[in-house]
Amino acid sequence: MPCATVRFAGDSGDGMQLAGSQFADIAAMTGTVVCTLPDYPSEIRAPAGSLAGVSGFQLNFADHEVHTPGDSPYVLIAMNPAALRVNLPDLQPGGIVIVNEDEFTPANLAKAHYAGNPLEDGALAGYRVLPVAMTRLNEKAVKPAQLPRKEAGRCKNFFALGLALWLYDRPLQPVLEWLIKKFRKNPAAMAANGSSLRAGYNFADTAELFRVQHTVAPARLPQGRYRRLTGNEAAALGLIAAANRAGRTLVYASYPITPASEILHELAAHTEFDVRTLQTEDEIAACVAALGASFGGAIGVTGTSGPGLSLKAEGLGLAVMTELPLVVIDVQRAGPSTGMPTKTEQADLSMAMYGRHGECPLAVLAAATPADCFQMAFEAVRLAIRHMTPVMLLSDSFLANGAEPWRVVDPADLPDLRSPAPPAAEDFAPYRRDAETLARPWVVPGTPGLEHRIGGLEKEDVTGTVSYDAANHQRMVELRAAKIESIARDIPPAEVVGPAEGDLLVVGWGSTYGAIAAAVDEVRHAGRRVAHLHLRYLNPLPANLAALLARYRRILVPENNLGQLRGLLRERFLVDAVGLCKVEGRPFRVREVQDRIETLLGEPPQ
Amino acid sequence: MSNALECCTAGQADGNLHRLTREDFQSSQEVKWCPGCGDYSILAQVQNVLPRLGIPRERIVFVSGIGCSSRFPYYLNTYGMHSIHGRAPAVALGLKCARPELSVWVVTGDGDSLSIGTNHLIHCLRRNLDVKILLLNNQIYGLTKGQYSPTSEFGKKTKSSPLGTIEHPIRPLELALAADATFVARSVFADPAHLARMIEAAARHKGAALLEIRQNCAIFNEHALDDFSDRSVRDKRWVYLEHGKPVRFGKDAGQGIAVLGMDPIVATVGANGVREEDLLVHDAHSRSSARAYLLAGLQPPDFPTALGIFRQVEKPTYDDLLMAQVDAAMAKRGRGDLGRLFAAGTTWLVD
Repeated sequence: MPCATVRFAGDSGDGMQLAGSQFADIAAMTGTVVCTLPDYPSEIRAPAGSLAGVSGFQLNFADHEVHTPGDSPYVLIAMNPAALRVNLPDLQPGGIVIVNEDEFTPANLAKAHYAGNPLEDGALAGYRVLPVAMTRLNEKAVKPAQLPRKEAGRCKNFFALGLALWLYDRPLQPVLEWLIKKFRKNPAAMAANGSSLRAGYNFADTAELFRVQHTVAPARLPQGRYRRLTGNEAAALGLIAAANRAGRTLVYASYPITPASEILHELAAHTEFDVRTLQTEDEIAACVAALGASFGGAIGVTGTSGPGLSLKAEGLGLAVMTELPLVVIDVQRAGPSTGMPTKTEQADLSMAMYGRHGECPLAVLAAATPADCFQMAFEAVRLAIRHMTPVMLLSDSFLANGAEPWRVVDPADLPDLRSPAPPAAEDFAPYRRDAETLARPWVVPGTPGLEHRIGGLEKEDVTGTVSYDAANHQRMVELRAAKIESIARDIPPAEVVGPAEGDLLVVGWGSTYGAIAAAVDEVRHAGRRVAHLHLRYLNPLPANLAALLARYRRILVPENNLGQLRGLLRERFLVDAVGLCKVEGRPFRVREVQDRIETLLGEPPQ
Repeated sequence: MSNALECCTAGQADGNLHRLTREDFQSSQEVKWCPGCGDYSILAQVQNVLPRLGIPRERIVFVSGIGCSSRFPYYLNTYGMHSIHGRAPAVALGLKCARPELSVWVVTGDGDSLSIGTNHLIHCLRRNLDVKILLLNNQIYGLTKGQYSPTSEFGKKTKSSPLGTIEHPIRPLELALAADATFVARSVFADPAHLARMIEAAARHKGAALLEIRQNCAIFNEHALDDFSDRSVRDKRWVYLEHGKPVRFGKDAGQGIAVLGMDPIVATVGANGVREEDLLVHDAHSRSSARAYLLAGLQPPDFPTALGIFRQVEKPTYDDLLMAQVDAAMAKRGRGDLGRLFAAGTTWLVD
């Protein structure tokens, strides 16, 4: 079996995220490649048993590189009727449903809007249904630990985890070790969870219910040490690494917002790197506080999601005008307005590109996978410093919460980001530009003899004094644009995976990477001349992009929006790109992309 | 003494030490406020006070928002940022946290910090960030040519309120006290000596300092302060607060403020059996801000306007607390090591 997709689903309080991420850790440790995606409601704890309260965690593990959490699960573990109802439509035909039959009470069935009991009325025909009395079996298993009744009941996620580990032939030991660390101060909870885990594993081993153990062989990843990172964790590490390599303090100013807050949490836990996190009064303050920090010579970063980015627009205008380094991470979610806060979307690209008044260009990057958030966060800082500009890094809910293996980097392999010493007083002018990058010097308060003032008013070229001169404004608008365009010389060229010319080029950006890569791979193996180009630099676009686009008969742009990159490509390159637009708050399935490719190409050759 | 001398020198790029003077803080920019504007007086006093502080010029940063008063940084030969409408305290937050050793000042106006940026002002004060805020209050929007501001008096007729405003003015000092600000003071452009003293006191306060400076707008609110600051009426309309002293005003300080129940009253010493010890004694260092609140609320026509330091108390500053956490983390866990950070948590080897 080359890969397996499993989904844990239950009430938001059932501990499904924990069970799922523990399973993912074990699968990774045992050598498979794992991609994960939690799916949880924005309500913290909706009423127990309700459809609104269902929380899920899907993981895909394989003996080869995968970059998606899997199209549809083969195994669904449903802790109650609501979890079954919400998740069943995604299950593969013939897939396995493991349910906690104890929770299929008339009351819970009613909360899930089931007229009858699906375990009995044939509603699950076509699936292999394995009802397990998890509540009762868990209760018995944890009894010796003598926990209060409510706490004892909470252990049943470990029972489910035990079942799943047996099903895929994974060891228990690492989970037991994790429990020892986690519950060092609560031995009763440690013992109870451990008992429940073993009970689940042993039940699966002995019950006649399970006829087959599924195994997934280890994958062949490049040598090295690995760990599993979510996109938000990876972004935080990338920022710390970049500030460290720049020899500067990292100031991260942010206002709590889903799904970006974990970056703030992660950074706040690493004060020993001289990371200074500021939880500000609002999104605007976060943006301009980061800019104030940059003015002071720190690496100023702010993170947010769409609603926050709307508010940061004025701060970004000031950053463009003052030409200071600033990194903004937009972890996109489904909009507009409050939209669907925990669901993914890629619909902020146009705002990243254009969403400010005046001619206000800045650099825009996009991470392609959760682990790539490390690289792109580092890159955002590098470009911000070198080109003295705000840089926007686009992530999204799918990347932020999804996790995959990240090869641990040797810090010595990271580039040096230190900037040159300040110019001598006689050579200094606040807006005297570097001939190559057009960047102005970053001279910070505290530097004797170079006192100067910057601000939002138009600046006179070179001197930086306030100017309303007509010709000067034209020149400065053009200089600011040229400065951003010049970044194209400082970024890697775009690369295609697949034939260097052909019938179709699939162009993507951001979190669609995994689904597009897998879909293109499938179609190419079927003999079609299809290639994949994934953009991680959106402004400026790579210099070789026009030439690459011209080598394919057709261009397809799958996006989780209504065609924002497609519009950009049509405008810039006058190419007749077609789109595949999905805005359901969910990432693409490989199958959806593959179907669109095949339709475009006509029927595949027999 | 050698330290003090060193502190009083400007940049030493030329190797010559010299004592800073007012001229050292004048920038090359032509000052473009309207003739007769109160801003000139305020700028002059800031330039007078800065050399006295013993802070090297390059370590001083003025941050402003938008409005006439926010042009301030351009006219001072320090580091400066003319930022966005209302946001100066937030810019200052990031700057001060990145560089706690800098002397960071915010210059703002009534529209800037009491309307579009009120949020930032309140949070800056309650955090007790070590910044000095000069709030130039002329009770009008000048740069946009004369609309009423959040501090304009009720009923004021302006271009945007031809029938008179139907808004009650916001009261900056009471707002600051509610945010538990550690330094709250008021001065007026028409009394340069007092103004200079207040600027210096704010500068020397460790923590967030709010100094409201009442001023005119020569074009759109010329007579707003006539009843208040004209030399002929100052005796009656101003009461200077001095810590530890009775609150007295009027000709020969014959009148004072007393408290009856919870309410302030104007009392004449010697009349109706009022003795000096019946007057309210100002205590700027009281833990409770109730007295400061009462004094900040005195306003015409029934009362004189109080000038001086209403409240000055000690409290740890945000920037000190932040750095203490950074230092503690480094002491406990050692200075961050990227190799360790990257390989933390559950890892596995692929051979």
